[in-house]
Amino acid sequence: MQLGEVAHSRSGDKGNISQISVIAYKAVDFELIERAVTPERVKRHLGLPAAVVIERYVVPGLNALNFVLSGALGGGVTRSIRLDAHGKTLAMQLLDLELTTSIADETA
Amino acid sequence: MKTVRIGCGAGFAGDRIDPAVELVEKGQLDFLAFECLAERTIALAQLAFQRDRRTGFDPLLEQRMRAVLPAARSNGVRIISNMGAANPLGAAREVTRLARLLGIRGLKIAAVLGDDVLAPVMAGLSPLTDRVGTVADLQPHVISANAYLGAEAIVEALDLGADVVITGRVSDPSLFVGPMIHVFGWAADDWGRLARGLAVGHMLECAGQLTGGYFADPGRKDVHGLARLGFPFAEVDEDGNAFFSKVTGSGGRVSVESCKEQLLYEVLDPAAYAQPDVIGDFSKAVLTDAGPDRVALSGIRGFPRPEQLKVSVGYRDGFIAEGEISYAGPGAADRGRLALEIVRERIALLGLKLAEIDLSLIGLDSVGLRRKPAEPSEVRVRVAARTFDKRTAQQVAHEVEALYTNGPAGGGGVRKSVREVIAIASTMIGRDAISTEICMEES
Repeated sequence: MQLGEVAHSRSGDKGNISQISVIAYKAVDFELIERAVTPERVKRHLGLPAAVVIERYVVPGLNALNFVLSGALGGGVTRSIRLDAHGKTLAMQLLDLELTTSIADETA
Repeated sequence: MKTVRIGCGAGFAGDRIDPAVELVEKGQLDFLAFECLAERTIALAQLAFQRDRRTGFDPLLEQRMRAVLPAARSNGVRIISNMGAANPLGAAREVTRLARLLGIRGLKIAAVLGDDVLAPVMAGLSPLTDRVGTVADLQPHVISANAYLGAEAIVEALDLGADVVITGRVSDPSLFVGPMIHVFGWAADDWGRLARGLAVGHMLECAGQLTGGYFADPGRKDVHGLARLGFPFAEVDEDGNAFFSKVTGSGGRVSVESCKEQLLYEVLDPAAYAQPDVIGDFSKAVLTDAGPDRVALSGIRGFPRPEQLKVSVGYRDGFIAEGEISYAGPGAADRGRLALEIVRERIALLGLKLAEIDLSLIGLDSVGLRRKPAEPSEVRVRVAARTFDKRTAQQVAHEVEALYTNGPAGGGGVRKSVREVIAIASTMIGRDAISTEICMEES
């Protein structure tokens, strides 16, 4: 099962930090999402460089996870040379993350 | 219980104008706020102001105000906006002139001054908060320094009877918190109510992003009527509890899902959303369906406001060159990759000194960071480079254009651009270094 089947997502930016929310459509799926969508898996799925530091906050009342990706935006929107300098497209790129694959399978 | 209705008429400088007209005409609003000042816009405005003292405010000010002032006047809707950018007084005078032109007399227009902190910031060695170093390291390239003011000066202007309040840099949610404090008289240390007000402002400030914009995903999150998307308003009670909605009949959708996305949007630690008026704790927030296109927010808590204010320092940061060219048909991606290789080699041959380069194929890996998809039927080569001088940037862009006759087969549709980079660094300033002032005009 892919993340996008049970959750929606939005990305924003603050300087060189990308922020990505992952929100369960239904409360019943939140536990699985919380277990599967770890900072490590987000980093690997988005192909982010090792230097990017990811913090994850849990907001249970919204059935949401909030990811804060420091150093992920090529210097931030005011100076990045990337096409999507805001990282607006990042949230949707998370949605085909496989929830049922374990990290061990991925590494193998 | 007393309530107030506050709408959002713009979520960024380039936002649509007609949804604000719809709100002011049909939203039964008390206040309408326009958030139009992105981080670096004020630095660009400062450059314009230095060249011509009649500019320095939002270039769309006249157009937006012309569209909403008549209905705002007849419906008693008061307006707050940061469209003053680097010249709030000039903007207020422009609105005054426009009001007279439209036959609107006795309209009180306030300019909020005091966010320009270039002198005190550059006089010291304030540490940068988003990188190593101090503001002195950015010299001689610094253009502007503006503090994110809170709601106080907006409240003062409204208390003085302003119908229109024009600011420069203030925190975006404060544009909405200001009218709430003005109407409800919340104490400066009433952190709970201020935090609820902050959450309301935060939800509204991106306009269409609350009502179904930046949200639609066909088949998963369907939204109807995006071409006539309605902008949001909040109905707030004196404790700061709020319902979010939009004008009946407008396009879009206010749903629990869209509200959840916006509540977390650009919030880092949800338990500590630090803004000049208060620190909001959104970590226990609850959003509930309260009817068609109507959502209630609760569970917001507040903590004492930060001691210092955030300051955005605008500075010149070299140049960015961009060049693009398309390839199509069998082998399009291979020809695109060849084109990138050629440009890379040309830059080395010419000995061009670049700060940074990004070579990508739009359709393959320009915004997506990881995939190897099936062979596409077309790709668009994109070369972007940051340079230390304009001449080098022009040479990089030229090398993409030269692919027309010197590159792989069938390259078409070249676009190239060179622009100076005005970047932003952040620092902090003590509240005691700030003094605000209200200038009142009348039409």
